[in-house]
Amino acid sequence: MAQTPYEVLGVKPDASADEIRKTYRMLAKQFHPDINPGKPEAEARFKEISAAYDLLSDPEKRARYDRGEIDETGTERPPRGYYRSHAEGAQGWHYQPEGEMDLSDLEDLFAAFGSAGRRRRGTAGAELRARGADRHFTLTIDFVTAATGGKQRLSLAPEEWLDVTIPAGVEDGQVLRLRGKGGPGFGGGPAGDALIEVHVAPHPLFRRDGDNVLLELPVSVAEAVLGARVSVLTVTGPVTMTIPKGSDTGRQLRLRGKGIQKKTPGDEIVTLKVFIGHSSDPELAAFLEKWAPQHPFDPRQGMPTA
Amino acid sequence: MIALDELLRQMKGLDRRDLLRWVENRWVLPERRNQTWIFHEVDVARIELILEIRQEFAIDEEALPLVLGLLDQVYGLRRQLRRMCDALAAQPPEVQAAVKHALPPLTGPEIPHD
Repeated sequence: MAQTPYEVLGVKPDASADEIRKTYRMLAKQFHPDINPGKPEAEARFKEISAAYDLLSDPEKRARYDRGEIDETGTERPPRGYYRSHAEGAQGWHYQPEGEMDLSDLEDLFAAFGSAGRRRRGTAGAELRARGADRHFTLTIDFVTAATGGKQRLSLAPEEWLDVTIPAGVEDGQVLRLRGKGGPGFGGGPAGDALIEVHVAPHPLFRRDGDNVLLELPVSVAEAVLGARVSVLTVTGPVTMTIPKGSDTGRQLRLRGKGIQKKTPGDEIVTLKVFIGHSSDPELAAFLEKWAPQHPFDPRQGMPTA
Repeated sequence: MIALDELLRQMKGLDRRDLLRWVENRWVLPERRNQTWIFHEVDVARIELILEIRQEFAIDEEALPLVLGLLDQVYGLRRQLRRMCDALAAQPPEVQAAVKHALPPLTGPEIPHD
């Protein structure tokens, strides 16, 4: 092991600058190559002494040497890498005690600290708990399902399904909250919720007005004039409805309880629309030409003509 | 990283027989490579620590496994805690707030009273 500069000069590490200078001068005189001709070991010793004095005579260098920042030749030492800085980094796993818990799984962590046991005994609050994250979905349902309620299957993820119960009367854009169907809770915390934004697809025939369902029903001239019993579609299936004699276009007929199937269900309101059908029917044309009504009727009565 | 002979040359006060015994006791775990041992930075730092424990704290080798064992446990726990903190820091603010809220105060269990 190399000597310290203090050892080279033969002084104590707490020697004063004055003491060091005096010692150096004495040694330098003794080992100077010019007064020791033919003695190579004296030259080597003199170089050591000079180097040691060079370092110790400079207060700054001496201080750095004492702190271990430079070695006896004045070369920078790499800063000390404390074990701590390695042990807490990735390399530290190298010295992980054998049989130590593997905490990749949170449940293992809770088990390691007994949190899981405490949770089962129902004394909450002592462990790390957090509610799971909410998950957002959109679900498109058809008009009839929205009107009557029912189940609709929602794909949460590949291979993961949820049968969503659709309450009757759900409206387009409404958000259904399914408790506990979101992300899993943390440390025994409750799972998050699934938030499902519902879109109601438009229906080719039905329209919605509050809790009522509107339907336009085409009828023939004969049905309108003479009355008839016809089959009408409702959200709960077809029903038979009576068209009263002499019903005109625009007449509204109410099918009670056949609207939105809430606790107090709405009605289906059927608006009649008279179609003459085959307008070139010669018999109808011939009849109308001969027909002289007793009470002539002007459908544009009261309507501005100009 | 550094090979065995180079390490012995560089580290003052490190005795070859001591080091071989420490490796044998698995207090230091160098990598075996081409008939020699390779010491990584963590191993070198650990050797320096053992030297200091032996020399400056005057703890003899009988007690060394206990000291190292406790240190390894503490650092193991700190690494796990850091992983947990990193995972928490990556959570949305409401989750962080919920965790903060759920942390019990450091006052020990409540004592029931009538």
